[in-house]
This record gives sequence, C-alpha cells and structure tokens, in this order.
Amino acid sequence: MPTLLLKNGRVFDPSSKLDKTADILIDLQSGTIEGIGKNLKPPPGAEMLDCSDLLVCPGFLDIHVHFREPGFTAKETIASGSAAAVHGGFSTVVTMPNTDPPLDNSSAIAYQYLKAEQAGMARVFPMGCITKGRAGEELAALGLLARAGAVGFTDDGACVNSSFLVRSALEYARALGKVVVEHCEDHDLSNGAVMHEGKVSAALGINGYPSAAEEIIVARDIRLAKLAGARIHVQHISAKGSVSLVREAKKKGAKVSAEVAPHHLLLTDECCRDFDANYKMNPPLREPSDLDACLEGLLDGTIDCFASDHAPHTTEEKSQEFVETPNGVIGLETNIGVLLTHLVHKNKLPLKRFVDAWTASAARVLDLPGGSLKVGGPADVTILDLDLRWQVDPARFKSKARNCPFAGWKLKGAPVYTLVGGKVFPAIGATMKVPAKQKSARSR
Amino acid sequence: MAWTRKHLLDLESLSKAEIVEILDTAASFKEVSGRSVKKVPALRGRVVVNLFYEASTRTSNSFALAAKRLSADTMSFSSSGSSVSKGETLIDTAKNIEAMGVDAFVIRHSAPGAPHLLARHTQCSVINAGDGCHEHPTQGLLDIFTIREKLGKVAGLTVAILGDIRHSRVARSNAHGLRKLGARVILAGPPTLVPPAIAAALGVEVSHDIDAVVEQADALNCLRIQFERKAGRFFPGVREYAAIYGLNEDRMKRAKPGAIIMHPGPINRGIELTPELADGDRSVILQQVSNGLAVRMAVLYLCMGVGAQSVAAREEVEA
Repeated sequence: MPTLLLKNGRVFDPSSKLDKTADILIDLQSGTIEGIGKNLKPPPGAEMLDCSDLLVCPGFLDIHVHFREPGFTAKETIASGSAAAVHGGFSTVVTMPNTDPPLDNSSAIAYQYLKAEQAGMARVFPMGCITKGRAGEELAALGLLARAGAVGFTDDGACVNSSFLVRSALEYARALGKVVVEHCEDHDLSNGAVMHEGKVSAALGINGYPSAAEEIIVARDIRLAKLAGARIHVQHISAKGSVSLVREAKKKGAKVSAEVAPHHLLLTDECCRDFDANYKMNPPLREPSDLDACLEGLLDGTIDCFASDHAPHTTEEKSQEFVETPNGVIGLETNIGVLLTHLVHKNKLPLKRFVDAWTASAARVLDLPGGSLKVGGPADVTILDLDLRWQVDPARFKSKARNCPFAGWKLKGAPVYTLVGGKVFPAIGATMKVPAKQKSARSR
Repeated sequence: MAWTRKHLLDLESLSKAEIVEILDTAASFKEVSGRSVKKVPALRGRVVVNLFYEASTRTSNSFALAAKRLSADTMSFSSSGSSVSKGETLIDTAKNIEAMGVDAFVIRHSAPGAPHLLARHTQCSVINAGDGCHEHPTQGLLDIFTIREKLGKVAGLTVAILGDIRHSRVARSNAHGLRKLGARVILAGPPTLVPPAIAAALGVEVSHDIDAVVEQADALNCLRIQFERKAGRFFPGVREYAAIYGLNEDRMKRAKPGAIIMHPGPINRGIELTPELADGDRSVILQQVSNGLAVRMAVLYLCMGVGAQSVAAREEVEA
C-alpha cells in the first residue's frame, strides 16, 4: 500500500485544537489521513517528507476565485488557476460563475468539474449564478445547479439589484441547503465608479464609489435573509459600515457570514494615486479606518474567513487607462505571504485565527468538505515555512496573469507544499530560488 | 533654478520654484509674440505631436502654435478618423508615432492619468493638455500667469473658482498651483458639483454661497458646466443654476473694485456667466488665451530639454 509520512512537523489545526510536533501518515491509495501522532512507524517503502521546522495545517481553502473558463482563457484557465492555487498553498478553491457563458446551467457546472478533474491539482468547486445570464432579471435554475454540484449562488461582479429576486433566491436556496452569496453594491449609487470615493478620488477627478453603496446592500440582504429564514454570505467586505452591520446582525442571531480579501486589509486608496491599474478592483481599496474595521471584524469573528477574489486579467487589459481597465487583482500566490508578514508576524493577528480563517471557517461558510486534519479525512494539507524570506516576483507565478498589487514586496513566510488527497505539490516557498544570504539567515 | 523635468503631468507634483520658473520663462516668451517675426529657433529640428483624444479648439491650436513659434515641427492626431477608431490602444498608437522619431507628446484624453500612463511607456516628453477631470496644468499655469500679470502678485490674493468643480480639471490644477504660490482658494458651486472630500484633498475652502464668495474674491474664475460629462444629472436645471450659481452683473455689484473675471472657455453664455460680463471691462478671458501661448512655449521649451538657459542666451547660441 503506497504511503506518505509527513515527518516531524508542527501539526497545527485550530478546528481540532491541535498544536504539537507530530507525524501524519497518509494512505496514497485512498488519499486519506491514516494517522496523526508522535513517531509513527511507516510501512516499509513509504515515502517521507521532512516537515521539521514547518507548520503542517489543514489544506487552505480560497472560497472566491475567478478561473475565467469558459470564455476568457487568455486571462486564466481552470488548469492554470488550479496550478496557481496549489502553488499558493491552496488545496481547495471556489470558482465564480462570471464566465462566458456564465455558470447559470447545470452543464456549465459539469464542464468546470470536468476541466478541474483533467487538471488534477486543486479541488475546484464552482458556484452557480443567481440569475440567468447574470442579467439580474430572472432566477437561474437554482435547483438544477445545486444538483450539478454548485456550492452556492452568486452573480459576483454584479449585485442582484432586485430585492424581490434576492428574496426568491434566498427562499429557494434555503430549501436546497445552499447559501446565497452577494456582491454587495448599489449600482445606482456607485454609478460606474472605479475607485473609493474620498480624498484621493476627489484629487484625481475620478468618479468615486462611496462606502454607503456597499453598506446599503449589506443591510438590505441581512433583512431579506431574515425574511426568508435563509443564509446570506457577504463577499469581499471592504467598508467599515458593512462590518458594523454584519456584527450587529450576528449579535441578533442572523444567518449572515462575511469574507475579506488580503488587499482590503493591507492597501488603501492612496495606492491609486499613480493610476496603476493593479490597484483597481471592485470593491475598491478604501481608507485606513476601513482596514482597521476589517481587521477588527476578523479578530472578533464578525468576518468569518479570508478569500482572495483572485481576478486574473491580461497584461494588455491592465495596461490601459486606469478608468478603462477591468476590475480585479490576483491573490492566490501571495495570500499567505502578505498576511503572515503584515498581520501575523506583526502580532496583529494570532496564527491560530489566520489558519482558521483559511481553513475550518472558510469551509463552514459554504459547507465544504475539508478544513481540518482528521484520521479518515481527506489528506488535504498546507505546509508553511513561517520564517522563509522571499520577494514577490509575478514572473514566477503559475497563474497566467500578472495583475498583482504586491509585486516586489519582501515577505516573511510562505507555503512550501500543498497536498491534495495526498498528492504533493511544491508551493511558492519551495519553487523559488532563495538568495544565499537569506538562506543562511533562515538557518540561524 | 535648473529645470529637470521631462514631463508636465500635473501641477500637484510641481514645487513653487518650478511653477515660478515656468511663469518667468513664459513672461520672456510673451515678448516674442509682440515681434513682427514671431519665432525663435529654440526647438528647431524637434518634433512635437498633438495627441488629442477629446475635442479641443483653444488648447490644441495654442500648443501647435507654441511649438511652431519655437521652430519645432508639429504633427497632430485626433482619435476620430485614425487607428483609434479601429481599436488601437493608447500605448500602441503612441509607440507607433514615437517610432517616427518624435520628441514630445501633448496629450488630451478623457481618462484621468492617461498622460501618466503614456509617460511610463514612451521615451518622449509628455505634456498633459487635460486628462479627464484630473488636471489641465497649462490652463492652471496660464490662469495664474494672467492673475499675476493683471493683479501684480499671487500670494495673499483670494481666488474663487466657480461652478462645476466636480468635472473640472481646470479647478484642480488652479487649486494646486495657486495654493503653492500662497493664494487663498475658494471653490464654489452647487453641493452636488463639489465632491465631498475636495477641500481636504486640495487644501482649499469650499462654499455654496456665491454672493459671499464674490465679495471676497480678487479673481473670479468661472467654469463651464460640462454637460458632455453628464453634469446635468447633478442639478435641477440651467435656469435655476444661472439664478443661484451663475455670475451676472447684479451679483458683480458686490465685487471688489479691481476684481477680474476669468473663464477657461468655451463659455455657456447666460448660464455660468452672462455675455455682458464675459465681454465687459473686468473680463480678462481673451488675455488668458494670449497668455496661454506664452505659457505653452515655456512648458515645451523647458520640458524638451533646453531648460536652464534664458531665452536670450539660447538665441545667442543658436545665432
């Protein structure tokens, strides 16, 4: 029986209250965990991965990515996106349905599952559309989408402006046991804006997107979820008012959850001053007080999990005039490094919450499998080197896209291996060349 | 001072000394316009390209003439009837024109930051001739030049900029330049046409009471309502606008005796400014246009690497 032993790592799983130096034995045939413990005896001929000084976590999940297939394969494909996922430390991703055609029918969902299986890297779970063609006019076939394997419903990239349709979707989803996932934006108020409305947009003469345009929909959807007795998930929360609304609603027992992207925790609208389109996304980068509120929400559980909103675009598309370029930045291959460096290592975010927000809490939002290390469970594992020093070089990404807002950043901490069902993929911390000087610093 | 900039992208990033250098250089070029032979050989053999993606009469002609008076060769390009209508990107268009061997781009574009993008992708000098609602640095400079010429100074003056602030690149460039030279700047207009954070963003005052502003101002710069940018959505109608926010003779009775009236043109006559005032004694609108030529000569001259030397010294060398 082929077996893999993860030897002597710091096994770290907040969901099972695990934090100890131990081995993990993996049955490669079934792709499951066979044992977790000290000095496990592998059967003869077992493969071994030395995890000394490494953090061995449940496989990370990124529940908000755009893999652009079908329709926009110059930006990303399911194969290139899956490669980026495992390279960035993610064993599972949830893809958004704003492809061309959109994922508003069961065969489109089946197509993504097929492509993901052919790629054979990360586990890919597609989300289906709320409305047909993402047009916001009539409900998509939610029941058939769910039967085909859609893990939730969203028109991401656009908000469903009709309150009637959102209510209907929530009621339908409740019966299906699924979550409605909303891109919260009052499009009438944001009015085609391309950045946050504030001092910077006023100075640049750019039409701004006020935080209220997000908050209005967060408030509306919380009320609609209550009306429907259903669950609502707020995507890419960015405004402090939205965090307050979710916090208050949770206190009152509302079935609401929220995610936050690393760029909304680390970057502000000041980044847009040079008209660099790698800082343009929707929702936009906001103000320091919004960043503080998002972090606070993450710490007190108002915000359940991280999600990157990995949104690949071609370099040509992103080299246009700022107002013309499409929204979005990539994140899969920098998510872990930027957050470890700027939140965990700076003692702003406990390691435990960091891992939880990428694992168990992320899985819980959409009822996905995984997110914990359990004997008998799938051998999805993310292995981190918390001290590895490296510099972000988008040329080394496995993603097809280069629209990364963290290019050139010097980081501490990276994923080194990602395991999906026991299959080992080297991650960015293992594939890049570490300069000799840094290597010696590391061994100290 | 030694001029070191290759581009003029905005006034926000210029120092006070750099702005004064442009104004002083413009003053020496203004004299050239009064000669019978209105030409100096400063940029002989150099090529200036007008890259205009938005309609323009004043600015494009002013730049073209400025370049010609400096003896540069000029080319002009407008987005209609060119490869842009075939879908070519800004960068591709610019690189193709650059490959013909040009030295400077004068660009007007509806997208804020388009000149900055161009500057990152070409080796040429890039002069911003208006980028969306962001900045119009040569208009700001010529307005400040006109104020300095008419009122003898800039520091300590109160300059009111009236009207459609939201959509105005002229307001933003003026505010940056005037503030750096020590003027007090008041932006005034309907609340919906003055973005909420602009006072903090530009370090200026904001008012919605035109009568109060008129009483305080040494210079009143009226802006055109930019209907082409859907400014009409932001207020109830032009009649109301003219009555509450427009500049008219009745309102000007409150003004200081020496206060001047400016407008970057084109004027919506009878909306933001009455014809009587536009053509009246206080108006310096046509002087603004004349001064624009001198300012643009100065900007091209400085940015295209001739810099530092005075016009006279340069002419001596050329002779």
